[in-house]
Amino acid sequence: MSMARTTVSIHPVPTGLWAWRYLILRRLSQFGLLLLFFGTAHWGWALTEGTSLLSGNLSASEFIGLIPMADPFAVLQIFLTGHMLQTKVILGAAIVLGFYLLVGGRVFCAWVCPVNLVTDLAGWLRNRLDIHPLFHLSRQIRYWVLGVALVLSAISGVAAFEWVSPVGMMHREIIFGLGLGILALLAIFLFDLLTLKHGWCGHLCPLGAFYSLLGRTAPLRVRFDKSTCTRCGECARVCPEPQVLDLKRLATVGFVSAGECSNCGRCTPICPEGSLAFDFRPLIARHNAALEPRRTT
Amino acid sequence: MHNRREFLQRMTQGAALAGTGGLLWAYLLRQEVRAQPFALRPPGALAEADFNATCIKCGQCVNACPPHILNLATAGGSLPIGMPAYEPRTGPCVMCPDIPCVKNCPTGALNPGLTNIADARMGLAVIDSENCLSWKGLRCEICHRDCPLKGKAITVDPHPRLTSKHAVFVPVVHSDACTGCGICVKACPTAEPAIRILPARLVQGKIGDHYRLNGTGETAITQDFKPAPPPPPEAIPAKPGGLDVLNSGL
Repeated sequence: MSMARTTVSIHPVPTGLWAWRYLILRRLSQFGLLLLFFGTAHWGWALTEGTSLLSGNLSASEFIGLIPMADPFAVLQIFLTGHMLQTKVILGAAIVLGFYLLVGGRVFCAWVCPVNLVTDLAGWLRNRLDIHPLFHLSRQIRYWVLGVALVLSAISGVAAFEWVSPVGMMHREIIFGLGLGILALLAIFLFDLLTLKHGWCGHLCPLGAFYSLLGRTAPLRVRFDKSTCTRCGECARVCPEPQVLDLKRLATVGFVSAGECSNCGRCTPICPEGSLAFDFRPLIARHNAALEPRRTT
Repeated sequence: MHNRREFLQRMTQGAALAGTGGLLWAYLLRQEVRAQPFALRPPGALAEADFNATCIKCGQCVNACPPHILNLATAGGSLPIGMPAYEPRTGPCVMCPDIPCVKNCPTGALNPGLTNIADARMGLAVIDSENCLSWKGLRCEICHRDCPLKGKAITVDPHPRLTSKHAVFVPVVHSDACTGCGICVKACPTAEPAIRILPARLVQGKIGDHYRLNGTGETAITQDFKPAPPPPPEAIPAKPGGLDVLNSGL
């Protein structure tokens, strides 16, 4: 039996911890960042006296008193209120923007954002309990929310999303002290669990929409080998944004090109044929070209 | 044609949803921005509207504050969300000479132009003279003694006490020097502090430029002001005044 399986499958399906490697790394990244922020705020973690390790939060921070970082979406909203900012925060936003332009915008969503911990838990529980969605909502809604956030920032004179953001609330309240922001997270949890699958991250969050726009040109992408793919659909089953795995489009482009892909890495270990793998865009073309003649002849 | 119609319809629907949601969102923002106006901000904070816009809610000032008096307002609290504030009764600003909170602000919501902490204007101390021990005749004056700018921000001045020969000595706050640090509030020994810090705009009046006050320095009379000349002697009635004058025409 097991012999038959290994001869059929071109690519041995990874088992054990190795199959969960991206999930484990994502959790390490998410909790690790929270811990670095928390340790700096509460236990005074510092490289040397006076140079805090990672001070601030996801809105803006400074690493070892040297490298500023800032949420480019927050900075954009503040710009739209008509205020000029200091170079430190603009430089910080540029650094973060550059990073996500390289690795894929929504890497923030899957690897950094603390709300992802809540929505992943809701998604996991939803699958276990087999809860069906209450209604359908277009995944494009988030771009409207993004637009409204920018327009409202210009009209109201404050950074519109930053004042209501559950992402900001969760991160701030974990690092700087609990408040009612926890209720907002409970709302997101229940919304994702009981009403709409991937409701917040996949439909509404304007920060995710902003990073989706950044992700369209990112070099780090999931490569797709159309010659080995058997169309089994395992990848789409675990993907939080299954519309990005449009196999027709993947076959022509050779990789997951949609900006909504968060490079979470759920699909790559689960693919029984190993048709999906992280790769860099320039290498993907070469890889696919090398495969093409061998497999088709 | 069908596709175009569908596209336009989807766009209109999206815009309608965005408009409805946007209005609700705008209402929420308005409520949040107008939350309690008594928040005391760190030194160098811009005027309220500018501070609300530019503070990115990162908490780097909170981390940098040596006595840990700053807190970011949590959701659902009485203060506008996410921005730093302090409560002087429990933790006043200790007025660090190097102002680390301002140095660590990445956006400039805390104005980097503030280099001398004595120039900070976080608020203004206000005294409740009905409950101040000094006003009751006790030689308390703790606020004056603890004031980091004593003699400038708070002085103790004699004040006549009703019909008594003795004066009371009362603390007097001077807005030209008070930074609003709140050390006086923490020091005040009454059960509820008789001295408080409020944002200056909530307690300070404005005279108006048209008043010319004599002897106060800046607003002293600069134009030629001549008192009215004394009336000519013939205008002064020779006869004594009083009721006789009133009846003189009868």
